[in-house]
Amino acid sequence: MRSKSERPNPLFRNLNAKIASIPMVLTALVVFVGGTAWTMLYSFTNSKLLPRLKFVGLDQYERLWSTPRWLVSIENLFIYGILSLIFSLVIGFLLAAMLDQKIRFENAFRTIFLYPFALSFIVTGLVWQWLLNPDFGVQHVVRSLGWESFTFNPLYDRQIVIYGVLIAALWQGTGLVMCLMLAGLRSIDEDIWKAARVDGIPTWRTYLFIIIPMMRAVFVTTLVIIASSIVRVYDLVVAQTSGGPGIASEVPAKYVYDYMFLGQNLGQGFAASTMMLLSVVIVIVPWAYLEFGRRRR
Amino acid sequence: MRYRSVTAALAASAALAFVGAADATDLEVTHWWTSGGEAAAVAELAKAFDATGNHWVDGAIAGAGDTARPIMVSRITGGDPMGATQFNHGRQAEELVEAGLMRNFDDLAAKENWKEVINPPSLLEGCTLDGHIYCVPVNIHAWQWLWLSNKAFADAGVPVPTNWDEFVAAAPALEKAGITPLALGKQGWQEAGLFHNLLLAIGGKDLYLKIYQDKDSEAAGGEATVKVFKAADDARKMAQNSNVQDWNQATNMVITGKAGGQSMGDWAQGEFQVAGQVAGKDYTCLVGLGMPDPHITTGGDAFYFPKLDDEEKSKAQEQLASVMLSPATQVAFNLKKGSMPVRGDVDLSTANDCMKKGLEVLKAGNVLQHTDQLINPDTTTQINDLMAEFFAKPELSVEDAQKRYAEIIGSAD
Repeated sequence: MRSKSERPNPLFRNLNAKIASIPMVLTALVVFVGGTAWTMLYSFTNSKLLPRLKFVGLDQYERLWSTPRWLVSIENLFIYGILSLIFSLVIGFLLAAMLDQKIRFENAFRTIFLYPFALSFIVTGLVWQWLLNPDFGVQHVVRSLGWESFTFNPLYDRQIVIYGVLIAALWQGTGLVMCLMLAGLRSIDEDIWKAARVDGIPTWRTYLFIIIPMMRAVFVTTLVIIASSIVRVYDLVVAQTSGGPGIASEVPAKYVYDYMFLGQNLGQGFAASTMMLLSVVIVIVPWAYLEFGRRRR
Repeated sequence: MRYRSVTAALAASAALAFVGAADATDLEVTHWWTSGGEAAAVAELAKAFDATGNHWVDGAIAGAGDTARPIMVSRITGGDPMGATQFNHGRQAEELVEAGLMRNFDDLAAKENWKEVINPPSLLEGCTLDGHIYCVPVNIHAWQWLWLSNKAFADAGVPVPTNWDEFVAAAPALEKAGITPLALGKQGWQEAGLFHNLLLAIGGKDLYLKIYQDKDSEAAGGEATVKVFKAADDARKMAQNSNVQDWNQATNMVITGKAGGQSMGDWAQGEFQVAGQVAGKDYTCLVGLGMPDPHITTGGDAFYFPKLDDEEKSKAQEQLASVMLSPATQVAFNLKKGSMPVRGDVDLSTANDCMKKGLEVLKAGNVLQHTDQLINPDTTTQINDLMAEFFAKPELSVEDAQKRYAEIIGSAD
């Protein structure tokens, strides 16, 4: 036994926990950081089907940013991303708030709203491809009810096709957001509600100015989950429109896949995926800086 | 992944079934032949291979080549090679060969005298790299066809056109009768295929070679190509109401008379056959889109054989290669597939009118290399993207599209 006054080396504090996390640390370093670095390195080469180290500087990036398909992809990601973020948060929260009113059959409603989330994006895409098909889906049903001039044809209209994709994504994803929000609402102490009622604050103000600020942690979690699903959206588009009509509903992840494997141009695909990473970093870094930098002060 | 586990399950069940058979070797063959006519054709290959005492394990990958090729390539580069795999001959497998992942068939080719029997010789050249032969061509597919529905034109009350210009002129009459003039699957490769057909039929052979062989961006942006883009613009208007994706759905529009015609390769003929239609009576085929001095490009399918460690399987690979080129298999396979055989010395008296037209062009030597052999997949993808955009976006003007086309050709290697 050493004397108690000697301070233990901080490196060996919680030694068991540290040993246990070594595999995950290694995985993270090798697979995530290593893989990212490798991809970025090879994005400066002219690798075709197989990676090779022949550097061509920024050529791949120059080509990328002069390709109309990439520009369309980025624009689509922005529209899809912003709207999907807003709508899934708003709809998810509203649904959760409604379910929180101690209604009957809450379990049944919760199951119904969450059910689409059990489907993969591929199935979701196919289902909505049929629903939005003008000859079989919504448009056909409404027209056969007598409204002959009704037109709702998003998947075959270049201007609005990305909203057709958005509808399917919202249908699939809001259930999960609702559940997370509901869990957040349930964690709010009943006394807060009672106090607000005593003070005569209307319900909507209680939600907006008291409850929502208290649910900060839930919102951050939800935001991260939604944001990650936005950036990697791929399978939904493949199943629903395969990028069409023309290139109107292309997304960055599909560009990466198509050029890496179809075009057999790894360099171009790597450059595009590096740009995707960069866009995530641009969003995450300022936020992390505010979040963690402030707390240290 | 899903396909792999399915094929693995298939392979496992096949292995169980064949326990005990003395020298039956399982060989997994991957391909993307899944439409009705194609599946009937590939069954002929499997039958012929099984007759040698081996066993064909079918690894069909649904979707067109664009879906299948990435799966095949990643299996080969990922160390899980199949016994044999389809590619379009040309530059799709070039790097796999360069990386030493494919085996060559120099001995077998010398023994069976491939250099003599394979006609046109450019097919074998497409399989040759640094003097070694790496693939077995199985058919000649020509893109340059226009398939017309006799019923559609009868319904519209106009005679069946005999060339592209007449077809364009007949479009308003078809539209009046509620028929889509041109069936076109809305996928980039089909739209680019149509464009290349127009390039060869309207621009001519010299322009085609200047653009794709010499990668001459001035020719691609020049006066002669303007005509081709104008024709593509006509096609764009004619195909406006064609809301299908896959090529065989588009062919089906022609078969049922919902569309006037489709410009698609000769594999479309397999669909007409499966539907029980007769060339000349129910449908009309125009080689080279009916324009004077028709040329065809000899794209086609070839089988590549990854290097395997297993001695038995390597032997089976050799047998498969030999079977694929045997005259009997060539006839049976190509009649079902609607394509032309790669041997000049087989009897094709059973071929139908359309195939005979194609064989005549082949005999006259009006044969060029397909774009797959002249440009790499990267450039192909860029052209497909451009055509996908062009055909879906009426505001994209002919001039702008041509300018971008010339840029792509200029940066091709």
